[in-house]
Amino acid sequence: MGPRTESSIIVEASSVSKRFGARPAVDQLSLRVPAGVCYGLLGPNGAGKTTTLRMIYGVTRPDSGTVRVFGIDIGRDPRSVRSRLGVTLQQNVLIEELSPEENLRVFGRYHLIREPELSRRAHELIGFLELGSHAKVPVRQLSGGFQRRLAIALSLMNRPEFLILDEPTTGLDPAVRLALWSRIRDLKAEGTTALLTTHYMDEAQRLCDTVAIISAGKVMDEGAPSDLIAQRLARETVELDCSPSEEPALLNGLSPTPQRLRVGRRLMVYLDDATRLIEHIRKLDQGQRRSLIARPTNLEDVFLALTGTSLEGGV
Amino acid sequence: MSLSIPHALSVWRRNAAMYRRTWRLNILPNFFEPVLYLVSIGIGVGAYVSEMDGTPYIAFLAPGLVCVAAMNGASFEVTYNIYVRLVFEKAYDAMLTTPIEPDDVLAGEVIWAVTRACIYGGCFFVVIALAGLAPLPSSLLILPLLPLAGLLFAAIGVAFTVYIKTIDLFSFYFTLFLTPLFLFSDVFFPLKERLSGGWLWVAEVLPLLHPVRVARAAFRAEGAPIHVWDLFYILGASFLLLAWARRGVRRRLTN
Ligand SMILES: Nc1ncnc2c1ncn2[C@@H]1O[C@H](COP(=O)(O)OP(=O)(O)OP(=O)(O)O)[C@@H](O)[C@H]1O
Ligand SMILES: [Mg+2]
Repeated sequence: MGPRTESSIIVEASSVSKRFGARPAVDQLSLRVPAGVCYGLLGPNGAGKTTTLRMIYGVTRPDSGTVRVFGIDIGRDPRSVRSRLGVTLQQNVLIEELSPEENLRVFGRYHLIREPELSRRAHELIGFLELGSHAKVPVRQLSGGFQRRLAIALSLMNRPEFLILDEPTTGLDPAVRLALWSRIRDLKAEGTTALLTTHYMDEAQRLCDTVAIISAGKVMDEGAPSDLIAQRLARETVELDCSPSEEPALLNGLSPTPQRLRVGRRLMVYLDDATRLIEHIRKLDQGQRRSLIARPTNLEDVFLALTGTSLEGGV
Repeated sequence: MSLSIPHALSVWRRNAAMYRRTWRLNILPNFFEPVLYLVSIGIGVGAYVSEMDGTPYIAFLAPGLVCVAAMNGASFEVTYNIYVRLVFEKAYDAMLTTPIEPDDVLAGEVIWAVTRACIYGGCFFVVIALAGLAPLPSSLLILPLLPLAGLLFAAIGVAFTVYIKTIDLFSFYFTLFLTPLFLFSDVFFPLKERLSGGWLWVAEVLPLLHPVRVARAAFRAEGAPIHVWDLFYILGASFLLLAWARRGVRRRLTN
């Protein structure tokens, strides 16, 4: 492990803004990532997640606001900041003609790591990410899961204190995702701070201590996943198919009117106790089959409520 | 200026690592090309043109073609290959997650293009020397000229590449810029015998002219003050173009 920072805040972004042309991509965004946590950045496509990450490792310069990483102003000394962090880009950047082992060596040289340390770390990471069976095969022949693992391995070559992961598990099968989650937890246990983006709310809920939900470049809310759920919505969710015209009849008699969220024909109703509503609907339907499930409210509901379809009622 | 030579060399090593895979195949054309030129133009055309500028035609051709080889070696690297790494492979996006800075990327790529120019030009020179067309030892002076010619064409090409938005524009670069240079830069005939006074001055802007003139002087073991100007042109133009390219690289890699 590298030397720990004096301050226990790894990233401190203070009202950073970035526009491309007339469109703001990031708008007065502030963010604090304390040491040792896994911090999730959630938001719809185009919300500004990647742009925020790029400002943090210093390749996008904010129009206004400041970013400090390890207490250092990234605009002033990007080299020393980047020598201590690792980034897995949203899109894999691998040298397809070369093997994983060679890719790791080429990447390690960007950090000025020399032999024999270079080979030592490459082998270590091949073991850590279970790439051993494919270590000498050209990357072009590897499956998406192996390529993603290699991309993550590259970002670990300099043994970073702080790891930035832009959608680490997008497009991967469940087994590979589980494997990667457990690797991220291992790193966290060793003291690595992580900042990741994801479109998978289950991933954020399982992996992240804190999440920020951003939309149109602004932070809509921030907190521990369980706190966000508890603060924003009722405990249970009834999810059913119904048209807007049927809705009043189905919810008739519930007082006060519960919070609900509609995405097309799908209606989500949030309440502390779902049983009464379910019984009411069953009675109205008289044995007709309707797609309906009751489940605990999760981060996805909060995400949709904050970024997607407008939430009606309650609050 | 934030250039770190060790980081620039790590960029160079990336390209070298890929080249090492394929060099056995890549290097063969470098030997065939001069053979084809010498046979076709040197021996074929040369049969009708017995002498040029006081030497047998094939011997007149040889030094210029070495410079052309260096020019081509550097040019392919800094045009198509850099564009592919920039836009399609996104290699520089990965580099910029490490302590590498845009200046290091530019320097590493230019040093690599110079390396390729030396490999190309060096192979050509070996063929010519084996054919007895390179008077030894004076023609060995062309070897330090190769990195200079490579630097010049790396600088010109990269200054073009980092500002264009589509790969299709390279066909203009090659057919409307490099090919005319190849044809009108003293390689095939001495410009000074075909152009009148004023035009001769204008011709001095042609970048390939300068390495070719120095190369021919080396082969003939004769130096003249004008070759100081040639070297000055090569270094000066490279410097200005790289300064210009540097802005483009920064703008392209960071925003
Ligand atoms: N280099 C650029 N030039 C112009 N517009 C850009 C550039 N980079 C990003 N944008 C725009 O900025 C906005 C935010 O983009 P960004 O990539 O940060 O979103 P994101 O949250 O990462 O999205 P996704 O989930 O799709 O990856 C988008 O509207 C995008 O089109
Ligand atoms: Mg993104």
